[in-house]
Amino acid sequence: MKQTEGMTLIVKTVTRVSVWLIVLYGIYIIMHGHLSPGGGFAGGVIIALALLNVMLAYGGNFVKRWVNIGFLHDIESSSAAIFLAMGILGMAMGGGFLANFISKGQLFHLLSAGTIPILNIIISAKVSMGLFVVVWALSIFHLDKGGK
Amino acid sequence: MILPFLIIIPLLAAFLITLISGEKDNWAIVLSILAVISLLALALFSFFTTGNDTFIYEMSGWKIPLTICLVQDAFSMYMLVIVNLIALTSLMFSVTYIRHIAAEGAWKYYALFMLLVTGMNGVIATGDIFNLFVFMEIALFSTYALVAFGGKAEEYEAAFKYAVMGSISSTLILLGIGVLYSATSTLTMANIAAILPTINPQVVFWVGALFLAGFGLKAAIMPFHAWLPDAHSSAPAPISAMLSGVLIKALGVYVMVRIFFNIFGGLAVFNTIFMVLGTVSIMIGVLLALGQWDFKRLLAYHSISQIGYIILGFGLANPLGILGAVFHLLNHALFKSLLFYNAGSVEMILGTRNLKKMGNMTKILPVTSFTSMVASLSIAGMPPFNGFFSKLIIIVAAIQAGHPVFAFWAVLGSLFTLASFMKVQRYGFRGENKIEKPDVGASRGMKSAMIILAVLCLVSSALIIPGIREVTLDPVVTVIMNKTGYIHEVLGR
Repeated sequence: MKQTEGMTLIVKTVTRVSVWLIVLYGIYIIMHGHLSPGGGFAGGVIIALALLNVMLAYGGNFVKRWVNIGFLHDIESSSAAIFLAMGILGMAMGGGFLANFISKGQLFHLLSAGTIPILNIIISAKVSMGLFVVVWALSIFHLDKGGK
Repeated sequence: MILPFLIIIPLLAAFLITLISGEKDNWAIVLSILAVISLLALALFSFFTTGNDTFIYEMSGWKIPLTICLVQDAFSMYMLVIVNLIALTSLMFSVTYIRHIAAEGAWKYYALFMLLVTGMNGVIATGDIFNLFVFMEIALFSTYALVAFGGKAEEYEAAFKYAVMGSISSTLILLGIGVLYSATSTLTMANIAAILPTINPQVVFWVGALFLAGFGLKAAIMPFHAWLPDAHSSAPAPISAMLSGVLIKALGVYVMVRIFFNIFGGLAVFNTIFMVLGTVSIMIGVLLALGQWDFKRLLAYHSISQIGYIILGFGLANPLGILGAVFHLLNHALFKSLLFYNAGSVEMILGTRNLKKMGNMTKILPVTSFTSMVASLSIAGMPPFNGFFSKLIIIVAAIQAGHPVFAFWAVLGSLFTLASFMKVQRYGFRGENKIEKPDVGASRGMKSAMIILAVLCLVSSALIIPGIREVTLDPVVTVIMNKTGYIHEVLGR
């Protein structure tokens, strides 16, 4: 069979199956950030690794067709802006910057701890997209041609 | 309530710039200039309303040992005014200059620039030592990228060298913070200062040595200066102005003074080290500058020399010395940024930084050469420009404190500075080379940035008039002289 871009068929097949499991695990870590070790940063890194897994197996050009890098970049910068907006909302609701202004709920319940799960989700968007776009940019950057 | 906005505004501007700007940089320019104008207004307002008071802001509504706090006193507000003033003129200068060196993607520059401002404002405003480290890294990482913004090989080399040296110093600082944390079990600077006298005094010396090397590298004091000439001369001119004018002061000098005076309580041994290193920096910096023909490199070496004056003034640790040092902080930011704008303007229009290839500049670039004259006289310490007064105060303070030797070296350094800037004027701006008038001149933004700073070089001399000094410089000196009074002000006991 014709060898195309990326790695062998075996790797591609395994990646196709495993990548969604990795993403699912990342979402689990993010959602339980306020209950167990992990959180937005760790979960975001796991999601970024899932995307990088696809990039390694299928090659950079496939990823370029598969996802819109500009859109990922927009998610990355808007999540930081939303994080700041949450902080300012905390000030508006009467606490300090980033005050926890939502009801804390019951301890050890999935929907509890006020703004912390929301902030975890925002951070995970920032970290996953940021990390992925950074590695993607490194893979296409050539010093002699200049950055494009 | 003003303090958090000094960090929120530039951070928000940075991320909004990446979101809304397309191929063009128009929105990026509008947003960043609006952000910096509002920052400058906030900083000026809070500087004049602070006076001798101290206000703290506790994040997320927690109380002090648990939370990150921001501290607003005269010293931090004074530094914020300097940072945001230079940032504003730097942005005005950048518009044409950055379009010249980077045809596309110029909006990235403004996003990084706003991150740099965020980092410096954060370092200055924070009252938490680990938070300080984080903001310092934000500022440093954006400067690594900004130094290499032009995309030439030598710029990458300088940025890489800068990154290596910056990482080494950050490692030392992080180690120092770790030792302090393990010894005092707190990261709030005021709490650390309160606990330090009760524990083994050896800790202060270990941590002091680590911080002296770490922040000394950031401030480019003499044995730690090697990265500075490369980084400052390769960066785009407005970034050189930011680096030389404010970054080495915010990250280096300000933090050192905060730590060694307000936390460690101004120990005599560190003051001696400050004086010696300051004097060594004055002399060797200026001697290295004398032989330079590359205009920006010459200016970079002068930064080392002028930082030496500031460190010497703080090391004298008498009110007059600290007054001189605080005043020289402002003055150096003004005239050194102006000189870098001059260099950038010449480099953009003639394409050279070599003093031997310049000449006849009064005809070609009248505004640039006139403002460069003002800045040269200021840095060389000619009355009535601001550099004269601050250097005079430092030298008088050195004699008053019983250190005539240091005063002698400071005077000699000032003479060499004069010689070196006579060379700049004689061979560079008023040289004999006949150069044809190029098609393009300096743009309106560049000219106004240079004129604003040139006027301020003259106007800031007025800060020494007693009535004005009492509301501007004296509260800053009080904060530094008050040493561990910082604890009572911040912790409120």
